[in-house]
Amino acid sequence: MNEQIAIKADQLTKRFGDFTAVDGISFEVRKGEIFGFLGANGAGKTTAMRMLCGLSIPTGGTATVAGYDVYKQTEQIKRSIGYMSQKFSLYEDLTVKENIRFYAGIYGKSDAFIKEKTAFLLQELHMESEANKLVRSLPLGWKQKLAFSVAIFHEPGIVFLDEPTGGVDPVTRREFWNMIYNAAAKGITIFVTTHYMDEAEYCNRVSIMVDGRIDALDTPAQLKKTLQASSMDEVFLKLARKAKRNAD
Amino acid sequence: MPAVVANNIVKKYGKKKDVVEALHGISFEAEQGELFGIIGPDGAGKTSLFRILTTLLLPDGGSATVDGLDIVKDFKEIRNRVGYMPGRFSLYQDLTVAENMEFFATIFNTTIEENYDLVKDIYSQIEPFKDRRAGKLSGGMKQKLALSCALIHRPSVLFLDEPTTGVDSVSRKEFWEMLRNLKKQGITILVSTPYMDEASLCDRVALVQNGKLLSVNTPAGVRTAFGKPLLAVRATNMLALLNHLKQSGAIADAYPFGEYHHAVMRGSYDVEQLRHYLLQLGHEHVDIQAIEPDIEDCFMDLMKN
Repeated sequence: MNEQIAIKADQLTKRFGDFTAVDGISFEVRKGEIFGFLGANGAGKTTAMRMLCGLSIPTGGTATVAGYDVYKQTEQIKRSIGYMSQKFSLYEDLTVKENIRFYAGIYGKSDAFIKEKTAFLLQELHMESEANKLVRSLPLGWKQKLAFSVAIFHEPGIVFLDEPTGGVDPVTRREFWNMIYNAAAKGITIFVTTHYMDEAEYCNRVSIMVDGRIDALDTPAQLKKTLQASSMDEVFLKLARKAKRNAD
Repeated sequence: MPAVVANNIVKKYGKKKDVVEALHGISFEAEQGELFGIIGPDGAGKTSLFRILTTLLLPDGGSATVDGLDIVKDFKEIRNRVGYMPGRFSLYQDLTVAENMEFFATIFNTTIEENYDLVKDIYSQIEPFKDRRAGKLSGGMKQKLALSCALIHRPSVLFLDEPTTGVDSVSRKEFWEMLRNLKKQGITILVSTPYMDEASLCDRVALVQNGKLLSVNTPAGVRTAFGKPLLAVRATNMLALLNHLKQSGAIADAYPFGEYHHAVMRGSYDVEQLRHYLLQLGHEHVDIQAIEPDIEDCFMDLMKN
């Protein structure tokens, strides 16, 4: 297998009864790439992401994540990836330090590793004085930045970010993307969904799902050129308006 | 008489040691028939404000009227007159679409038939599924049902708490078209959103952050108040470009903004000089344009100052 490929999907499909949620999608994500995974609500993004994270077995096609098979090696996949979403990230009633310790412990990291890296991380986030505060008491922007750091604490090769910046203020949203860039520069592959079309511009390549299929996949510049659109917002509208499926 | 008057509203949560002040004295007025936006990120206090104005929560300070009625003294009458769509789907999941509609109509002593003209545009889109349980609807259909239920008693003021959060940009545009049509029927609409791009669709907006109002103005007024020259700059290496823009003495602030970086200039500036500076640093395909600020530029400016 090619070491430069982090994710490879070939005709990946998921059917629920006679409903085809994901309809034979094929794509490759390169190592260290920031890959934007866009689509309207109900287009099948979540189902596709669940399969790639080893949480749902496909009904057709093949895929590998970090070199592991999505049918047979789901446990290895889970250990090799990080995951963060807006809806579920940290435990509100644990402190900052306890959250880090908990997640790192789940991934089997040693006490020495956790101790050293926690100190470094808190310093990097300028959160030393918040280390023993409950996560509940932190502003949302800080929570999201901490959640991202926790998701890559165990040094995974790939991190899946499901709408990480939803509802976040515009300044923090940009700081968050700065963290994404830094992670990508260290070689971590970023697989990210968003409803903010300006963020689609920050991705190296973007795929757009419509009715379970990937209708477009290219760099933002090339997508705009191909679809004769002035912005990614317009690209998205042109593609997503074709959807026949009921939005969810 | 304004439809909504908020006068120095304060709201605190928690006890002595651990008090969080959610609203620090919020004051504004929304005129009758106005489409008024409360724009701000999560945690700004939007939901607390809406719950106070809809009489579901008592303020710790200040006063407010809705439709001329006091939110504390006249809470019962206000409840008859306002429609409220909370951010979280709050209809009965195990009742059908039609049953939910009938339930809300009955509570307000009316019928679906009586106010059908008001909800027709929205409700007709989900009527083909009227025997389906609300819990089995798609997100977009749930949203339409919730809006129909909030409207069925013909409220004079409609409060919509983050109706478009987590919704894709196509569905968001459709939702705003529905609001535009409702406005034509004379209903005052207060709508909250974390999406800055939706501000331009409101008659006036209140920008909120950490429980404080940053600005209350028309979208055009917010932009005019920015008051500083703004440039959109692009080059081949965007990451290096951002650092170089930040280092330039002519630039007060620089940040990514979609395919361009925005640069807030310090007073007078010279585009050719900036271009020269960037070319000297090795940038290629340098593209510089003077632009008008977006609401998001204004919001960030207000946040930082």
